[in-house]
Amino acid sequence: MRRFFLVLALIMPMSAQAVEPDEILSDPILEARAREVSRQLRCVVCQNQDIDSSNAGVARDLRLLVRERLVAGDTNEDAIAFIQARYGDYVLLKPPFKPETYALWFTPPLLGLLALGIGGGILMGSRKRKKIADLSDDEEAEVARIFTSSSEGDHR
Amino acid sequence: MKRAVAIIPLVLAVIVGGFFLWGLNPNRDPNEIPSVLISQPAPSFILGPVPGLDVQGLSRENLLGNPTPVVVNVFASWCVPCRAEHAVLSALVERDGVRLFGINYKDQPADAVNWLRNLGNPYERIGSDLSGRAGIEWGISGVPETFIVGGDGTVLYRYVGPIVGEEAVSTFRQALRQAGVLEERS
Repeated sequence: MRRFFLVLALIMPMSAQAVEPDEILSDPILEARAREVSRQLRCVVCQNQDIDSSNAGVARDLRLLVRERLVAGDTNEDAIAFIQARYGDYVLLKPPFKPETYALWFTPPLLGLLALGIGGGILMGSRKRKKIADLSDDEEAEVARIFTSSSEGDHR
Repeated sequence: MKRAVAIIPLVLAVIVGGFFLWGLNPNRDPNEIPSVLISQPAPSFILGPVPGLDVQGLSRENLLGNPTPVVVNVFASWCVPCRAEHAVLSALVERDGVRLFGINYKDQPADAVNWLRNLGNPYERIGSDLSGRAGIEWGISGVPETFIVGGDGTVLYRYVGPIVGEEAVSTFRQALRQAGVLEERS
């Protein structure tokens, strides 16, 4: 019974991932690289998932292909480029940096800077209060008259 | 300066609104994956025939040197939409004389043979892609997918999904006309 639970405990975490036992390479270093590459490639069927966690048939085929390339001596970059040549930039979960994607990469920082600029400008503007002009002689006299009349009133 | 600042919300609203308008366009398919194959040479692949079927296999060489562009269709007997598409493709072959090649994607040969026996075989050649490796070479994301390949082996057009229904058929016929397979205004 204890053995059964031990086996169950060992199997349970494995079943949570899409990579099936027969796909896993015997070389743990290569397997780790394959997992790393797989996490950077998009599944073309279930579009917001990487192939490492997707159960789709095409994702499995691509995982096997990635492992095959790595076993054949490809670097991680080579393996990714191999898939990219067939499915385009679309399979890369991290979009490449090139003229077509400049808008994608630059818009967020530019909008951030713009927002900071506008916000900063408004804050600076409101801090600089307008200097109020001094009272003219006539106004000074008027103020003095009001003060004296009101203080006289207190004595009443 | 103040006026310039005051106009910023309007400009932002127009830009953001423009994106929303683009996103709401009913003709835009967010699931569409741009194909890297268009205007590229067809990928190299060599597929043997489907065992038990009296039709030759398919490889890249068969797509070269054809006088008119040909159609390559990826299908499988387990794919339900393919069944509906089969009639459309058969009509194109029989009535319009389109040359059709097939890639039998991840299909058990016996199933494929049965399927074609029941529905008829419009394919000139059929390659059996049991492993799905040729499918990856073609960059397919599912079945069915249909390509038009020029006489020099260049991929001219790709249709993802079944060519079923008036709209899909007319889109595909339009592509065939553009490729020069069908006569203009046929």
